[in-house]
Amino acid sequence: MAEILVLVEHIDGEVKKVTLELLTLARSLGSASAVWAGPGYSESARARLAEYGADKIYVAGSEEIVDYVVAPKAELLAQLVASASPAAVLVAATAEGKEVAGRLAIKTDSGVITDAVGLGDGFVAEQSIFGGGVNVRARAVKGTPIVAVRPNSTAPEASAGAGAEEQVTVALSDAAKGARVVERVKQEKGARPELTEAAIVVSGGRGVGSAENFAVIEKLADALGAAVGASRAATDAGWYPHQFQVGQTGKTVSPQLYIAAGISGAIQHRAGMQTAKTIIAINKDSEAPIFELADFGVVGDLHQIVPQLTEEVEKRK
Amino acid sequence: MNIVVCVKQVPDTATERKLNAKDNTLDRDAADGVINELCEYAVEEALKIKEAHGGEVTVLTMGPGKATDTIRKALAMGADKAVHLVDDALHGSDALSTSYALAQTLRKIGFDLVVLGSESTDARTGVLAAMLAERLGVPQLTLAGKVDIDGSAIAIQRVTDYGFDKVEASLPAVVSVVEKINEPRYPSFKGIMAAKKKPVETLGIADAEIEAAQVGLGGAWSEVVEFAVAPPRAAGTIVKDEGDGGSKAAEFLASKKFI
Repeated sequence: MAEILVLVEHIDGEVKKVTLELLTLARSLGSASAVWAGPGYSESARARLAEYGADKIYVAGSEEIVDYVVAPKAELLAQLVASASPAAVLVAATAEGKEVAGRLAIKTDSGVITDAVGLGDGFVAEQSIFGGGVNVRARAVKGTPIVAVRPNSTAPEASAGAGAEEQVTVALSDAAKGARVVERVKQEKGARPELTEAAIVVSGGRGVGSAENFAVIEKLADALGAAVGASRAATDAGWYPHQFQVGQTGKTVSPQLYIAAGISGAIQHRAGMQTAKTIIAINKDSEAPIFELADFGVVGDLHQIVPQLTEEVEKRK
Repeated sequence: MNIVVCVKQVPDTATERKLNAKDNTLDRDAADGVINELCEYAVEEALKIKEAHGGEVTVLTMGPGKATDTIRKALAMGADKAVHLVDDALHGSDALSTSYALAQTLRKIGFDLVVLGSESTDARTGVLAAMLAERLGVPQLTLAGKVDIDGSAIAIQRVTDYGFDKVEASLPAVVSVVEKINEPRYPSFKGIMAAKKKPVETLGIADAEIEAAQVGLGGAWSEVVEFAVAPPRAAGTIVKDEGDGGSKAAEFLASKKFI
């Protein structure tokens, strides 16, 4: 079976959920090979990757790979593309994952597809563009298809792979060492899942009314084990930090469940969440465009509805 | 310092955006063209760097004739001059082709610093700055929430999921900026008038030594196989809160096995 490389996303030695999704997807199209870049690899990581179907695991554990911005990961993958001749390379469509894909495409003279929400025979990718208004099927026509797949595009399913480990060394070029990471600054994020990866996202908008009132949104998110998002109106007003903005100029999320509270649903916002599987809207304006997207909507005051919903969720746990 | 800021004209997101069924490319006539929002942050950052360190800001755009509106906007904000890469052969270029064409042009016009927005609101690939760094063999300083320059040393805060990375490099380099790195200025009346007199150099692909085989629909590394307007989502259930709206939402969540 044709080998498909999957670049592993990991933090503090833990394999991220999106990688399990990509392994599941790779398995449906060929034989999945995981590529671990940077330090932190361990037996438990190996077991996790094998559990989700990695037949092979390439490990390039050198610290140097993460000491410089993006380019070393692209060089590592390019080296593997040359030596293993895979049928395709999959990366997570995170901001950095897409940059890796872009540089890899140039190095290997290959086509690249970004933000795929599905991938089928012939590596034809599905994309949702223009704020969800148009569905596109696209593919690479030169080289090795390189596809950046959005988190939550596939449900991860365990199915044991051989998990054969292969150590890889990569001699970085000088060009790859141009931008050195001198410090990583971790800002408090608490126990909540990462916004772009979360299966459930609860977002607040203008209707929330103040920074203090975002506690209402956070409580519901915590009851559901969800990430918190915000509309641009809310981040522009300074009620919630900008990195949590969901929308055209912020993060794009594609969760199983998206709850929009006090968000009208302008294109700016819809572009960031329209591919969510199930959408719940809570807004006091019955004419708000968000209701056109909603699988379930409640017209009313979020300050009454959201706490009641939180209480019900807690009760049913 | 020779600063080049790359800008892109995109269809206004407030209007209905379409693909052209003839060749599956963006229908640029269907909607009004405006400057890509994140490019305004790039122009502002370029101007701030010039104001602090001296030099010149050149606007570079690749796009059809009507993209001159976007060039004028950037010039009205305060950029000094512009280069417009315009050629029918470029129509249908994908990110790889576009990065190739822009890299060739940048080599020709020269640069110490290239500044871009982190993505466009139409294609949204978010890969162009990284691709330019790769093609030009210069440091990639992308997703910057802050840029500091000291002589030939440049440092940025690269926005990440967990916070940010402090990244250091030497010029020349490619920088991309995220939203909110600054507050883009509005062009003044004086700026708008002055922009009309600023030089705009028009280059075709031969002028920039761009090979026709590597650009346009024929040269692209990827293709749109087909597209369709997304079917509207099935109409949902909308209820009015009668004091039990939260409970009803919970019942819906339970029916979908979320709780």
